[in-house]
Amino acid sequence: MALAIAVVVALITVISVAIVVLKVWWMPLDISTHGPAIDHQMNLTLIFTGIIFILAQLGLAWFVWKYRDRGDGRKAIYSHGHGMLEATWTAMAAVLFIGLNLMGYRMWAEMYFRGAPPDALRVQVLGQQFAWYFRYPGPDGQFGPTHVEKVNDASGNFYGIDRERDPGSKDDIVTATLAVPVNRPVELVLLAKDVTHDFYVRELRIQQDMVPGMQIPVHFTATKTGRFEIACNQLCGLGHYKMRAFLEVMSEEDFQKWLQNMAAQQ
Amino acid sequence: MAELHAEAVHRHEAPKGFIWKYVFSLDHKVIGKQYYFLALLAVVVGMVLSWLIRVRMVWPSARIPGLDKLSPVGAPGGVMTPEYYLSLLTLHGTLMIFFVLTTAPQSGFGNYFLPLQIGAEDMAFPRLNMLSFWTTFVGLAVLLSTFFVTDGPPISGWTAYPPLSAVGSAAGPGEGLGQDLWVISIAIFCIGALLGALNFIATTLDLRTRGMKLMRMPLTCWAWFVTAVLGLLSFAVLFGACVLLLLDRVGGTSFFTPGGLIVSDKIIPHTGGSPLLWQHLFWFFGHPEVYIAILPGMGITSHILSCFSRKPIFGYKVMAASLMTIGFLSFTVWGHHMFVSGMSPYSGFTFSIFTMAIGVPSAIKTFNWLGTLWGGKLRFTSAMLFSIGFVSLFVTGGLSGIFLAQPAVDSYLHATYFVVGHFHMVMGVAAIFGMFAGTYFWFPKILKPLIPVHEFMTISALITGAAQFIFLFNLFWSMFKGEKASTNPWEATSLEWTVPSPPPFDNFGGKHPVVYHGAYEYGVPGAEKDYIMQDSPVKITAS
Amino acid sequence: MNKQKLPFSLLIVPLLLLPSCGGKKTEVSEQPSEAPSGAQPTPIDQSTVAAITGKVVFQGVKPKLARIMMDQDPVCVQKHSGAVYPEDGEMNSNGTLPNVFVYVKEGAEKYTFSAPTDPVVLDQNGCVYKPHVLGIQVGQDLHIISSDPTTHNIHPMPKNNREWNESQGPGAAPLEKKFARSEIMIPVKCNQHPWMRAYVGVTKNPFFSVTGSDGTFTIKGLPPGDYTIEAWTATYGTQEQKVTVGSKETKTLDFTFKPS
Repeated sequence: MALAIAVVVALITVISVAIVVLKVWWMPLDISTHGPAIDHQMNLTLIFTGIIFILAQLGLAWFVWKYRDRGDGRKAIYSHGHGMLEATWTAMAAVLFIGLNLMGYRMWAEMYFRGAPPDALRVQVLGQQFAWYFRYPGPDGQFGPTHVEKVNDASGNFYGIDRERDPGSKDDIVTATLAVPVNRPVELVLLAKDVTHDFYVRELRIQQDMVPGMQIPVHFTATKTGRFEIACNQLCGLGHYKMRAFLEVMSEEDFQKWLQNMAAQQ
Repeated sequence: MAELHAEAVHRHEAPKGFIWKYVFSLDHKVIGKQYYFLALLAVVVGMVLSWLIRVRMVWPSARIPGLDKLSPVGAPGGVMTPEYYLSLLTLHGTLMIFFVLTTAPQSGFGNYFLPLQIGAEDMAFPRLNMLSFWTTFVGLAVLLSTFFVTDGPPISGWTAYPPLSAVGSAAGPGEGLGQDLWVISIAIFCIGALLGALNFIATTLDLRTRGMKLMRMPLTCWAWFVTAVLGLLSFAVLFGACVLLLLDRVGGTSFFTPGGLIVSDKIIPHTGGSPLLWQHLFWFFGHPEVYIAILPGMGITSHILSCFSRKPIFGYKVMAASLMTIGFLSFTVWGHHMFVSGMSPYSGFTFSIFTMAIGVPSAIKTFNWLGTLWGGKLRFTSAMLFSIGFVSLFVTGGLSGIFLAQPAVDSYLHATYFVVGHFHMVMGVAAIFGMFAGTYFWFPKILKPLIPVHEFMTISALITGAAQFIFLFNLFWSMFKGEKASTNPWEATSLEWTVPSPPPFDNFGGKHPVVYHGAYEYGVPGAEKDYIMQDSPVKITAS
Repeated sequence: MNKQKLPFSLLIVPLLLLPSCGGKKTEVSEQPSEAPSGAQPTPIDQSTVAAITGKVVFQGVKPKLARIMMDQDPVCVQKHSGAVYPEDGEMNSNGTLPNVFVYVKEGAEKYTFSAPTDPVVLDQNGCVYKPHVLGIQVGQDLHIISSDPTTHNIHPMPKNNREWNESQGPGAAPLEKKFARSEIMIPVKCNQHPWMRAYVGVTKNPFFSVTGSDGTFTIKGLPPGDYTIEAWTATYGTQEQKVTVGSKETKTLDFTFKPS
C-alpha cells in the first residue's frame, strides 16, 4: 500500500510537471506591449511554485514509502516539533510569497495607475446581452451624450445616441468589430447596458469587467496585426457562451480606410 | 481519580418514541448523522448535475432519456439547452458549496464529535442544534424546488451577481421565480449556519471537561471552533446581502441595481445601486466560506496523520495558531475575487498582499504534516490514505493559488478553467478527501462496524473519483451488515475512543472524564503501549 | 444495536420524497386564459359577411436606415449576399408602408371564436425573423422554426402574457407556443443577435391583416356592424378609424402616416 500511494503521488507529480515543461497547454500569442512582463511574471511563478510542488509531493511520496510500518518493532520518533525548523520554513514561505507579489506590483501599476497617453485612440465599448458594440468619436473627437429612451436595438441605435440633437454625436461611428491601428496607444472605455460583462482578449493579456453604472478605462498598445477574439468572461445569461466580437489590429492606413467605410454606413 | 469520585453520577436517559429519538432529536449524535446524510443527498444530486454539465459540454446534442420528464423546458426531448446548462452549473455550485462542503465536515462530523472529544454530554444548546438542522433542511428543500418551477432553476451561477440576478425574468429564464427561491434558500441556510456556529462556539468555550485545556484539544476541535467563528461572522453578512437582493427583486429597492439599465429592450426602473456592493458582501462571506469548507478537513487530516503515524503531531501549537491565523486572514482577502471587477486598483494591491500572507500559514500546515509523517511508523488504513491524499491535493491546489493572488497574472487567468481547477482542487477534492478520511476514521465509532478496506476501491477513488458509488454501497452495506468494532480500534488517544461504540445517549454515562494530556501522545518512550489516552493519569517523562 | 440502524433508512425516505413535495409548493398559477375553453363559438351567417380593404400610405421622404452589422456571427453574414437593413420604419417603393398590423380594435367583442387549428409559423432565417409582423389568435399554435445553422433564443417581451426565453439550436425541433391573452403588440427578440425583432399581435378574433410590399390589407368575414379599426406601426405610432359595414359590403379604408 505504501508503495502504491508513493507511486501514485510521484506519477501525478511527474505528469503535471511534464505538461508544463513540454508546454502542452500554453499561453496564446502575446500582441501587447505590457504582455511580456505578465508572461515573465507567470513563468517566474511557475518556476518557484514548481520547485515547491516537486519537493513537497516527492517528499510526501518518499516519507510514505520510507516510514511505513514494516512490523520490525521500530518505534516512531517521539517529537512534538522543531521550533527552529518551523520558524525557518515560515520565514522562507513569507519571503517567497510576499516577494513574488511585490515583483508583480509594477505591472499592475503600469496597467492601472498610469493613464493612457493623451494621443491615444479613444473607443467606447458597450456590452449587452449578448453582443458588443464599439463607438468611435469621429473627426471631432467627441462622444455625444446617450439617452436611455433613444436606445433601439432593432433599428441599430444600441447606444441611444441622438445625431440630430447632439452635435457631439453627429459624426460618431458605431461598429460591431473593434478595429485599432497597430503600435498606437488605445484607450477603451468599458460600458455595460444590462448586466455585468467582461472584456477579455487573451492575446492582449487584458481582462476587465464591464459593470453597469460604471465607466471603466483600460489601455493598451497592440504590436501585431491580425484578427483576435474578444470574449465575454463574466456569466451574463443564456447566450454568454456566444457573446463575442473580433479585434482587428491593422496598419494605420488600413484603419483610416476602415473607419471611413464604417462612417459611410451609419 | 479523586475528582471523579467526588462528583455525583447523574445519567440522562434517551428519549422514548421514534419521532423524538430520530427525527426531532436533541442528541448531538443524531443531529450530526442527520447533517451527514443531508450532505450525502446533496452530494449525490450535485454530482449527477456535474455529469450532466460534462455531457452538455462534450456532446451538446446528446439525448438523455427521461430528462425531459424532469425539465420539459430545459431539456426538450431530453436534449439540454444552453440555459439548462447554466441552471445545472448554478445548482451544482450552490449544492456543493452550501449543502455539502459547509454541512458535512462542520455540522456533520463536528456535531457528532466535538462534544465527545472535549468530554461534554451534548452541545451547549441542544434545541438550537435541532432547529439549525431543520432550518438547513428547509433551505435544501427550497433550493431543489427550483427544478419544478416553469422556467427552471436560476442561471446566474452560485455567486448570483446582480444585475443578472436582480432584474427579474427579462434577464433570462430562471431569473424569475427560480432566482427568488434561490435567494430565499440561501437566506434560510444562513440562519441555520448562524445557529450552528453559535452552538459550536459556546460548546467549545464552556463545555470542556476538567483538564481539557484549549491547548490540549484535538486539532479537529480547533478547526471546528475557528470554522464556527468564521461562519458566525460571514453568514451574517451573506444573510444581509440575500435580504437586500430579495428586496431589489421584489421590493423595488435599488441596492445592487444602477439606473439607466436596459435589459432586453426594457428600461429597468431601478436607480442608484451598485453591482459591486453585492460582490463585496458576497465575497466577504465567500472567501471565509472557502476556509469553512477546508479547515475541518485540515483538522481531520492532522488528527489522522498523527494517529496513524504513531507519533505526536509536528508542532501542535503552530498548527493551532495557523488555524487561527488562516481564520483571521480569511476576512482580509475577499478582494482577490474582484481584481478585474472594476474595484479600485489600489485596493487590489492590498488584497493581494493579504492573500499572499494567507499562503504562509497554509504552507506551515503542509510542512508540519510532512514533519508528522517524518520518522513515523505509518499504518495505511483507509482514513490514513485519504489524509495523505488530502495533503497532496492541498499542495497542488494551494500552489495554484499563488498565481491567482497576483493581480497582474490574475487579470489573465481570472474566470478561466485555471480558477475552476484551483478551487476544485482545494475545495472540491481536498475537502472531499477530508470527509472520506473522517468517514473511514469515525465510522466504527458512529455505528459499531468497521468499513472494510477495499484496496481496489480506495485506489480508484484516489485516482478517478469514479468509485463514489462503491463508497456509498460500502457505507450502507457496512451500516447494516458490517463486522463489529471494539471501543478503540485505531488505538487513538482522544476521548471519543474511551466510550463504547456507538456512544450512549449521554456520551460518558453521566460521568465527567478528566483530561491529563494533549491529544497526540503517540510513541511515548517508556510508556506501556505506544499511545497514551487523554484521560490516562500516567505521567509522561520524556519530552 | 438495531435501534441505531433504523433512523438512517427512515431519514433518507423523506429526503428522497423531497423533490415531489417541493414541486407542489412552487407551481406557478397562470392568470386566467382568455382562450374560449368550452364556450361555443358564436355562429356567424357567412352569407352576410362584409370585408374591409385599404392601403397604408407614408407621407414623407424615405427614412435613412443604418445597415445591420452582423460581424459577430459569421453564419448570419453568409446567409445574405448584400447589406441588410432594419424592417422597422421601412417604406415600400410605391410610397406605402409594409408591416402595418391592421385589426378590429372594437366592435367584435360580442362574438366568440375558437382558435384555428392550423399553426402560425415564425421562421428565423439569416438572423432575421420571417415575417417581421404577424397576427395570431388567442390559443392558436405558434410554431417557431429556425433555418439558421446557429443558435437563437426566442424572447417575447409581453406585458399581458407570460414572459419566456428559450434557446433553439440548429436543427432543433420547432418551439410550439400559445398566447393565453390578447395583446397588441408583443415584441420578440433574440438576445444573441440583438437586431432581430418581430412583433406578434394576439387577438381574440380572426379580423386582422398585415400590409405587405404593396402596402395593402384586407380583413374578411366581418359580420355587419360598427367597428373601430386600428393600424399599428412599429415606428410611426398607431391610428384608428370608425367604420360601419353592411351585409356583403366591401369598404375601403386608407391610413396615412407621417414621420414621427
